[in-house]
Amino acid sequence: MSVLELIIALPLLAALAVGLGAPARAASLGATFINLILVLYTTVQYWGKTGLAFTYSRPILENPSLSFAVGADGISIILALLTTLVMLAAIWQIHDRPAIFYISSLLIGGGALGAFLTTDVFFIYAFHELALIPTFLMIALHGRAEPAHRKAVAWKATIYLGVGSLVLLAGLVWLVLEFSGGSKLTFDLEALRNQARLNPLPDAKQAQIFFVLLLGFGSLVSLFPFHSWAAPAYATAPTPVAMLHSGVLKKFGLYGLIRIALPLLPHGVHVEWVQNALLLMLLGNILVMGLVTIHANRLDDTLANSSVMHMGYIFLGIAAGTEIALKGAVILMFAHGISIALLFGLCGRMRNQLGTLEYNKLGGLASHAPAFTVLFAFGTFASIGLPGLTNFAGEVMIFLGNFTEFKAGALTNLQWTVIVALWGVVMSAVYMLRAYRGIFHGSPATGLFMIDPAFSQRVPFIMLAATLLVTGCCPWLLLNLMKSAVVLP
Amino acid sequence: MSVFTIEAGLALLGLALLLLEAFKPDISRRTLGLTAIAGTTLALVLFFFVPHDTASLPGFIQPWHQLDSLALFYKGFALVITILVLWLTLECAPYLTRFTVDGKLAEMFSLPLIVCAGMMWMASARDLVTVFVTLELVTVSFYVLVAFARKSAFSLEAGVKYLILGALSTGVLVYGIAWIYGATGTMSFDGIAKALANPATSKTTALFGAAVLLCGLGFKVAAAPFHMWVPDVYQGAPTPVTAFLSVGSKAAGFVVLTRALNAFMAEGSIIGSEIQAFLLVIGSLTVLLGSLPAMFQTSVKRLLAYSSISHAGYLLLALACRESARFDLSSSSVVAFYLATYLPMTVLGFLGLGLMRANGLGEDIKDFTGLAKRNPLLALLMTISFASLAGLPLTAGFLGKLFVFLGLADHGYWGALICAIIAAAAGFYYYFKTILAMYTTEGTDVPSLTFSGLAKAVAGALALIILILGVYPKPLQKVLTPDRAAVVAK
Repeated sequence: MSVLELIIALPLLAALAVGLGAPARAASLGATFINLILVLYTTVQYWGKTGLAFTYSRPILENPSLSFAVGADGISIILALLTTLVMLAAIWQIHDRPAIFYISSLLIGGGALGAFLTTDVFFIYAFHELALIPTFLMIALHGRAEPAHRKAVAWKATIYLGVGSLVLLAGLVWLVLEFSGGSKLTFDLEALRNQARLNPLPDAKQAQIFFVLLLGFGSLVSLFPFHSWAAPAYATAPTPVAMLHSGVLKKFGLYGLIRIALPLLPHGVHVEWVQNALLLMLLGNILVMGLVTIHANRLDDTLANSSVMHMGYIFLGIAAGTEIALKGAVILMFAHGISIALLFGLCGRMRNQLGTLEYNKLGGLASHAPAFTVLFAFGTFASIGLPGLTNFAGEVMIFLGNFTEFKAGALTNLQWTVIVALWGVVMSAVYMLRAYRGIFHGSPATGLFMIDPAFSQRVPFIMLAATLLVTGCCPWLLLNLMKSAVVLP
Repeated sequence: MSVFTIEAGLALLGLALLLLEAFKPDISRRTLGLTAIAGTTLALVLFFFVPHDTASLPGFIQPWHQLDSLALFYKGFALVITILVLWLTLECAPYLTRFTVDGKLAEMFSLPLIVCAGMMWMASARDLVTVFVTLELVTVSFYVLVAFARKSAFSLEAGVKYLILGALSTGVLVYGIAWIYGATGTMSFDGIAKALANPATSKTTALFGAAVLLCGLGFKVAAAPFHMWVPDVYQGAPTPVTAFLSVGSKAAGFVVLTRALNAFMAEGSIIGSEIQAFLLVIGSLTVLLGSLPAMFQTSVKRLLAYSSISHAGYLLLALACRESARFDLSSSSVVAFYLATYLPMTVLGFLGLGLMRANGLGEDIKDFTGLAKRNPLLALLMTISFASLAGLPLTAGFLGKLFVFLGLADHGYWGALICAIIAAAAGFYYYFKTILAMYTTEGTDVPSLTFSGLAKAVAGALALIILILGVYPKPLQKVLTPDRAAVVAK
């Protein structure tokens, strides 16, 4: 028995207990809080180590070889931390809602933890699917729009993510077939990695498989042009679901690329046609979605679109494939998860109190709700990439990571992309600052009234903001967890 | 005592119940039903204790019957599904009797026993004659069962359709058998395999015979383009019979297909590659023609009918992937695994439908609206069943599909793999459409829905099996391990 199994099981058991009639809020908060402590404990235990730790494997089928195998390295631990922090905040801020809100939050969080902490491809895939189902159901049933509209939004997300998952499954099946040594099919990631190290595939084939995986994982992360499900889904989703999906679950696709695709197919991403395709797609995320976001006129639309846009930077880190850029990508995954969850949480609260999120109806809220304003400012500035908050560290590492092999006068496609992508940072500043100024400063809008939430309701947001500040000032806290190389030579 | 005695006993019990009802008309249907269930359960228990080798069979039957692992698996399968169907009939009886003559149900309890014996014999068949005789025993009993709710026009329509198409397919099947006999000079599977390995055998004749035979069997397992009868018959037949058709009859068809294909596609067969191409085309067509129309159904029963066609397609695709060059994963074991996982999820789905019907509700998707509010437990159980049918990971249904995908990718059948993936995506759509309806809350001021404690227990057990097999499929390992020795040993 490994502590990781406990971490995965706890939210699922809590969801079951709530489903059977346990007091929803107490059970969910209790389980999530214990889970956070457990994850912090594993973080401390892992401190300074390299490679996989806390491994444990329970075979569930011998041939083809399947096992419920858990294990964590620095990347998984950072994402588990992200999950538990966001899950605690998301559950904490639920207010006066039926038990299904708690159950679905626990299931999404538990599924994400399962996906990040298991090391068998079968379970990595399966846990992610488990987390997707409550997401769809919650958007369709409790989304914030007319039933017909929210159902349409939920179906759109379902179709994109469902087809994306199946493409991903095809890619994973391909990997399993290529890298199962001997006569037994195996889904164990470590065994597959060993085989990939011993018998690497020819580059052309790596590129093909990588591209299939990129399409599969990419549509889960709203990679342009498979992104159009994401913004309406987040704008419509109930607050805890928006926090958990955009903050945590969406990172699964990126995690999969970094944990599965890159180590098994180290040359795939560098083959020219794959790289160019990826660069074009991620520029679509950054530039097209940046412009779309600037034109949004409601806060939830801005946040939802910005969350799609920021994925472009993480893909940029993956496209570079260097150690620095990949570690930067992981840090940015963490940072983006925390900051977008903070912003969606605050946005949901504003909607509940004000009933509208349209910029032309809002203004001057800072004078009524100063604490709220400060918390929102944390999210805003983190999102822009202000130094001192975590996002900055991630973005800088990604940008620098693309220039490790810089030769003056001969910029590669990657480096040109970085130069163009930098303009996205400007766009982020434009839309986030405009939103911040329009909502919190200026003359108070008539007829709208908002006060600071009670302190107990502020705690989850303070926790997220503090995380951004602490890891932003000391990014080595996260970097120390990633001492082992992401992509093995 | 041997396995054969048990089978004969089951058939005799079926006949006895039939006679009992005829001569003692006031016997309650509960007594009849419980006797049938008790008899089948006893048969299942005895089945585990009797010797499991061909030599234990009575001498006169040995030339026709064999007991290998495939046969034993399907015999157990037939017993389990029969018990479940008999119990489901008893559970739905108050509703069903409204549509039967004089409110009688006796044949609904005796015929399944005969069907069960037929399926068990079929699993052991060593030659095409036995296959034909047992297949007819099963099909003729189903003609009666499908049309049993005689006062319902749907049931009558279904009965007539099933009768006409079933009879036609029987004719086609016999025609195929005749051609095979003409080409190979034998009816036994071993003899056919040997003859087909001989280059002197006429390829055209054998190929034509095999193709016609496969068309005949295609009717029985609902393979496209011979699947048109399925939606109407499934919709019209009484729900327990639909479950029986969809699981029992399909499994029986696939065991025969497995046996026939083992002969046609044996090592060195002159028609092996053509048959394989035939299976790939039929399988790809079947998954698509099952899944795509299912997206537009408004009746859940019809939806399940189309989905059952698409499941047959996956099974056919699995059969097309013979033994892999590299991996220990043979097609007959994947088919057995798929069917073993298919049983609990399909029965659970039809059980839910039957319970809804027993509560006076319809079978349309709109009747499922707000089910979660009316009966959260039933909604949860149906969700598990549908999620598993859709092939959601961590449920039993995913693994079977995964193995089919693995097989197709391993052999490089990309076209078929793409068809299978499209069908799976469509499957997600139509199952989740129904699940979503169950959890929709608006406009549901309907009374809550109740069902008996036993029904809860059985349905809960089936749901648990689905979930457990989804995360811990090891109990089915034996099914998956190819056991070539037993197949070859005669």
